[in-house]
Amino acid sequence: MKVVVCVKQIPDPNSTGQLDPQTHFLKREGVEVVMDPGDEFGVEAALQLVEKHGGEVTVVSMGPERGLDAVRKALAMGAAKGILISDEGLRGSDALTTAKVLAAAIKREGFDLVITATESTDGYTGVVPQAIAELLDVPAVTFAKSLELDGTTLKVKRQTEAGYDQVEATIPAVLSVTAGVNEPRYPSLKGIMGAKSKPLDRLTPGDLGLDGAGGGTAGQSITSVEPAPQRAAGSIVKDDGEGYKKIVEFLAEKKVI
Amino acid sequence: MPLAKIWVFVEIAGGKPAPVALELLTKARSLAPTVEAVAFAPEAAEAAAELGAHGATTLYAGTDPLWADLLLGGPAADALAALIKEHTPDLVLFGMTYNSRDVAGRLAAKLGVPVIANGLDLSGEDGVTVQSSVFGATLNVTTRFESSGPAIAIIRPKSFPAEPSGGSPATVSPVTAPIDEKHLAARVTDRVADVAAGPKLEEAPIVISGGRGLGDPKNFELLDQLAAVLGNAAVGASRAVVDAGWVPYAMQVGQTGKTVKPAVYLAFGISGAMQHTVGMKGAKAIVAVNRDENAPIFKLADLGVVGDALKVLPALVEELQRRRS
Repeated sequence: MKVVVCVKQIPDPNSTGQLDPQTHFLKREGVEVVMDPGDEFGVEAALQLVEKHGGEVTVVSMGPERGLDAVRKALAMGAAKGILISDEGLRGSDALTTAKVLAAAIKREGFDLVITATESTDGYTGVVPQAIAELLDVPAVTFAKSLELDGTTLKVKRQTEAGYDQVEATIPAVLSVTAGVNEPRYPSLKGIMGAKSKPLDRLTPGDLGLDGAGGGTAGQSITSVEPAPQRAAGSIVKDDGEGYKKIVEFLAEKKVI
Repeated sequence: MPLAKIWVFVEIAGGKPAPVALELLTKARSLAPTVEAVAFAPEAAEAAAELGAHGATTLYAGTDPLWADLLLGGPAADALAALIKEHTPDLVLFGMTYNSRDVAGRLAAKLGVPVIANGLDLSGEDGVTVQSSVFGATLNVTTRFESSGPAIAIIRPKSFPAEPSGGSPATVSPVTAPIDEKHLAARVTDRVADVAAGPKLEEAPIVISGGRGLGDPKNFELLDQLAAVLGNAAVGASRAVVDAGWVPYAMQVGQTGKTVKPAVYLAFGISGAMQHTVGMKGAKAIVAVNRDENAPIFKLADLGVVGDALKVLPALVEELQRRRS
């Protein structure tokens, strides 16, 4: 089977992200970038599926040249082939444009199953997987916390507000997986060395027939970016064995005890 | 141009609308003269009274029994797209829930219009603008819709209060278009609820959450004990421990998970990753206990105790029990 995994290169989530005050785009300069930690679970899920059922994993990413690091990491983990779609015109792309580009690349590649994270850690709109599914005209089985493939039936425990739904879907489909669905492997040294000789396609939106996609943020414009209101500084105490008393006093002050 | 008509997409469970729908109707009333609701569930029409009482004049209701068994996203986006073409709302609002994200994402792709997620506030003064938060709610971004189709916005629960308008029941307008057979490819075969004792996480006046700093799943018992002695308290958790399988997903507070706004939020052994703080920073008061004095959670805390949650918790429970007796 052919499994395509979407990955994204993002600013290190342990550093605070910044938007450029002029362009309102994500500042990427001078910030450490990593493969979105959420994407490791998607890559692992794909690798486990092809290890069990046969086939090949292709990893696809949209982003600047530095996005190659994320693609290479997935190749080092065991994916067979990488695709990176880059273009200056895609800077600051919204969820819909991102989905259009990824869906076009996936369609060109062919797929039985597309796997994504539930949302990116930096932008977290959480609607790109569903938009990709719509553009590919297949079901989107989202927020999977466990999965198995039985023939062409995907059986998934799908996270809900109350617990989970047991879902069955026929592939081809798009699947989004939560962190915790598996234990992502670390790339081995052999994997890292081998990744360098694996096929890597570098495409532009034009290669995908998306000329005139209307730019990255068609249909919307950012009118302001402001720091969120901060909470007033509180009182911080070291626990000297009596820290609990401070909490009791605080709860009494707030009249909840 | 002022807005003429706003739609609210409503999820229905057991004939009741999801609470976020009532919040969105309340806000929509202040932005447009006509507010209508759309729901797809066999028992959707049962929600007409409550939706009407919050300002919806019409409820477009798809009540095919199939709605109970299908994954909502695909068929609901299809049905909504057809209804939107016919009735041309200016703005369609969704709550930031699992199912509604599925519907809104597909709908945006189907209509070729942008969708803005994580909305915290809305304005209709000068076109539709949505304020949303990025980077763990450290930045507020305001975005204006410029496209010609309807604006689609996904708003976080508890962004607005739900207030009754005193309106009469919404007129039910049946949605009769058949569900395309292709949607039968994805079905829900079972729904499982992780039921917790005590008040619901989203409604409890006190929320007590635990994270990695508790060291071991069994130490969540200490949080249960604290909840029991406080009464009126619910226990939550950070994503790290949910992903590690310590506690069920239904207990997760954060970006993926519940948004809570209790009178007091107590965080034990939670570092305060942005993924978590998005879901709790609206609490009226925050208490944090963590060993690491540099943990980001202390930036939000009204009271921070730098220390071992496993030492503080038993002492706290004991003291509260002593006071109670």
